[in-house]
Amino acid sequence: MKTYLFVMRKPAHSGLFLQESLDLIFTTAAFDQSVSLLLLDDAVFHLKKQQNPETACMKDTAALFKALAMYDVNDIHAETESLAERGITTEDMILPVQALPRAEVNAFMSQFDIVWAN
Amino acid sequence: MRGILGIFPFIPPLHPSPLPLGEGALTLRQSKLFLAFVFFVGNLFHPTPLIKIMKFAIQVNTSPYQSNAGLTAYRFISAALAEGHEIFRVFFYHEGIYHAFNYATPPDDENHQVRQWSELARRHKLDLVVCISAAQRRGLLHNDEAQRQGKQDNDLAEGFRISGLGQLLEATLVADRFIVFG
Repeated sequence: MKTYLFVMRKPAHSGLFLQESLDLIFTTAAFDQSVSLLLLDDAVFHLKKQQNPETACMKDTAALFKALAMYDVNDIHAETESLAERGITTEDMILPVQALPRAEVNAFMSQFDIVWAN
Repeated sequence: MRGILGIFPFIPPLHPSPLPLGEGALTLRQSKLFLAFVFFVGNLFHPTPLIKIMKFAIQVNTSPYQSNAGLTAYRFISAALAEGHEIFRVFFYHEGIYHAFNYATPPDDENHQVRQWSELARRHKLDLVVCISAAQRRGLLHNDEAQRQGKQDNDLAEGFRISGLGQLLEATLVADRFIVFG
């Protein structure tokens, strides 16, 4: 078994990137590997409560994240500074998220066998 | 030690023999054999082989005209193979699947990236895998899938094959190093 960290930086609905990345995350989890997530920059919006993407004819990507728990993916981190710059907190998230200060991101990433940066 | 072993057949004759064991000196042939044995055993227990052969897994995420990442991947793979490393698999995901379109027809004075990948695969027996869900979304269908969908087409360039994300996961598990381009 290897440990995987998926780093997300892009906002949802900027092309199909998020949906395809989630496919990869689910596949990795389905292979019984250890999966963690790190949300940076605009990706911190992925888990924001009260999204209504259907009104813009978009698929609800936040709903897809809820399925992560079924795959035992519970280790989700968001960068403290990215949250603060966008005026949101971990309280605004649909899933439990741990805030991780920017200064600790490097050390955090180095724990993993494979870092998948999107 | 490996270097020395490599040039062993060209060790010059030594007079007198450097290995005067037992009664009288060894013959030249005996001392050469003895040195070969010493080098061979030393080589077996050498702590750091001079070249560590690495097994790479590669993922390509961007299309040929969206960015240079695919070309960089191609050049990296060529260089790694030239150094004797192994490329376990190349996986094309997201927009990367556009590298596998058989009917890409760039002008003659431009790089034909699809053909370059096909040739690289043929020359080195590379495993080039295109993600099936990413490919179907973007209209890249190989024979079987087109027939299943009631269509007539075969868009997949030579040297590529279509498969699922499990192949990418397997590659990351097997490889010593996994590198994503784009």
